[in-house]
Amino acid sequence: MNQPASAYFLEDRHDPNETHTLSVLVQNEPGVLARVIGLFSGRGYNIESLTVSETESQKHLSRITIVTTGTPMVIQQIKHQLDRMIPVYRVVDMTLTKRAIERELAMVKVRSTGEPRVEALRLADAFRARVIDATTESFVFEITGNTDKITQFIDLMRPLGLVEVARTGVAAIGRGPEGM
Amino acid sequence: MTDKSHDPNQMTGAAMIVRALIDHGVQHLFGYPGGAVLPIYDEIFQQSEVEHILVRHEQGAGHAAEGYARSTGKPGVVLVTSGPGATNMVTPLADALMDSIPLVCITGQVPTHLIGNDAFQECDTVGITRPCTKHNWLVRNVNDLAKVLHEAFYVATTGRPGPVVVDVPKDVQFATGTYHPPRKSDVHISYSPRVKGDAMQIRKAVALLAGAKRPVIYSGGGVINAGREASKLLRELVEVTGFPITSTLMGLGAYPASGPNWLGMLGMHGTYEANMTMHDCDVMLCVGARFDDRITGRTDAFSPNSKKIHIDIDPSSINKNIRVDVPIIGDCGDVLADILQVFKAEAKKPDIKPWWQQIATWRARNSLAFKPNRDVIMPQYAIQRLFELTRGRDTYITTEVGQHQMWAAQFYGFEEPHRWMTSGGLGTMGYGLPAAIGVQVAHPDSLVIDIGGDASVQMTMQEMSTAVQYELPVKIFILNNQYMGMVRQWQQLLHGNRLSHSYSEALPDFVKLAEAYGGVGLQVSKPGDLDGAIKEMISVKKPVLFDCRVAALENCFPMIPSGKAHNEMILPAEASDPAAAFAGGKALV
Repeated sequence: MNQPASAYFLEDRHDPNETHTLSVLVQNEPGVLARVIGLFSGRGYNIESLTVSETESQKHLSRITIVTTGTPMVIQQIKHQLDRMIPVYRVVDMTLTKRAIERELAMVKVRSTGEPRVEALRLADAFRARVIDATTESFVFEITGNTDKITQFIDLMRPLGLVEVARTGVAAIGRGPEGM
Repeated sequence: MTDKSHDPNQMTGAAMIVRALIDHGVQHLFGYPGGAVLPIYDEIFQQSEVEHILVRHEQGAGHAAEGYARSTGKPGVVLVTSGPGATNMVTPLADALMDSIPLVCITGQVPTHLIGNDAFQECDTVGITRPCTKHNWLVRNVNDLAKVLHEAFYVATTGRPGPVVVDVPKDVQFATGTYHPPRKSDVHISYSPRVKGDAMQIRKAVALLAGAKRPVIYSGGGVINAGREASKLLRELVEVTGFPITSTLMGLGAYPASGPNWLGMLGMHGTYEANMTMHDCDVMLCVGARFDDRITGRTDAFSPNSKKIHIDIDPSSINKNIRVDVPIIGDCGDVLADILQVFKAEAKKPDIKPWWQQIATWRARNSLAFKPNRDVIMPQYAIQRLFELTRGRDTYITTEVGQHQMWAAQFYGFEEPHRWMTSGGLGTMGYGLPAAIGVQVAHPDSLVIDIGGDASVQMTMQEMSTAVQYELPVKIFILNNQYMGMVRQWQQLLHGNRLSHSYSEALPDFVKLAEAYGGVGLQVSKPGDLDGAIKEMISVKKPVLFDCRVAALENCFPMIPSGKAHNEMILPAEASDPAAAFAGGKALV
């Protein structure tokens, strides 16, 4: 490559990107989410999805699930950078464990009448989506599943009168009796 | 109800802060008062255990604390007010984070009920300093203050050291609560840096070292941070293995510059022999360094045929820039001790004579050569003379950032750790003068010299007033070439010699400036007068601005140009011809 006049060494990196789901157990204290998000924006990492909630209120522990993309070297960096933050207890790469279950919840609003309305209901049934709100011209479906399933369902609803979607982002947990 | 009025641990937040400083052995505090820290200043006024050094600008307090920390191994402590006090501290915090310097910075904040209200001198201090600290805290309850202060000291000084900020609203300073001395439970249980290296990895490392034909040890600031013992162990390892050793800018002094195995500094302005040794080695032992972009050159051509061992206390330093073969997470001192023990028990000194012969041919290129001049002081010569005339003295050197910094690193020989204070990672112009003040506070009887440039020193020149106030006889040795020399060098080499805004127009008369502050000013422009002036500078017991007029257009070589590898250095015109130095055709220059 052509190096322009620069005090820095510029280089192209061609390693392929991978998508990983990270579970991060943190002390639930003010600013902890800002620290995690600031790390990602400050170091130029990607966030595909992020979910966070207190999971053990007595111990003030929160669990953050982050889906991120990057080269293997960058993914490793992200894990190390997270791990060295003071309020972070543990970082587990759920993708590497190969035994993780990942789920998302989405609420999907569809507005239609006649045949498209019937078709939407039929597809919802096939995807095991529940109707949680209905009017004579609309439904709100609740659907749970992995990211691909939800994306597929939303794509199918688009021609049937899709109005809007609210998605939680991915939550992940390992299979078997052990905790993270 | 129990009566707490006689409990000695009942006190105001402001009193807790001073008490915590005393409990952590803090003797000096650098700061600047303001509305949001007045209760703390009131407590400081009423005690004599902690001495407060009043700076002229908060940035000066931060760099002074950095110099103090780096020259003593103890944390540097800073006290500044809210708003602009805190924002002025951002540069030293970022600097300390990059160079792993332990700083504890206490900032005042507006009262809790005004936070978020755009109150006078309010800023989101924890928000602003979050990415430039190792950790920070906003204390909303006076009963959390003792715990947070103790944790702050612990976090700043353990693991990979770094700066921390404790932001204390004014009402918390006034409120009364319960203090407790430091205890283990003050620290997040999620924070436990690993000190001891993995035994298997250490065995692997020793096996590689024992089988090396073309080894090199590349050490960094981590060895200095690990304490004097780590430097001793590094020296012993060099002795036991017989390996060549080079160091980063931050690591100078861990191995003595007069040592037989010393190759000089490596990297962008490192010596030819150091960089060629790195490029051609078969086993590299990196101790407490981080493969920074100023060190590696082009990463895809960095030391292509070597097995790399990397010792670092911070796992995020491993495989960040360069993939290594044997990572060892741990404190440099602990891991070096283990490596030495295993090496002595199981390996013997490898025969690397041919490698040393090869290195000798690189050395013979004399890559630091420069053309002597009888009429004009060459900057390299000025550093050489400064080094010779301060040799054997109890000397500490700080620098600003630019050409003079690189020349200082190349031409001043450091024999001991903790003697060299420079802004390596962030590259902060204006670091050296306040850092020298911090060093002098810690070592009042030592000779403390800031090697500066005419542009850099003006960034924090106001601290001359601090030096005069506290009778700190720091010596500001200015290599005055009337340019931002390194900027000019890059413009010459890369931007068609268009010297855009790099000329130091309207420079002050540094002699008069020194006198105006109440210090001493000296000026030399003739090589023949240099020694006498340096001797005078050393003998003066006052702060000195030494205006050393040097050759204006000299460039700093050798140099790895952008986008190039270690074996593609530009050498100075004065370097020896490769044919004379080395009969082979290997050296690509």
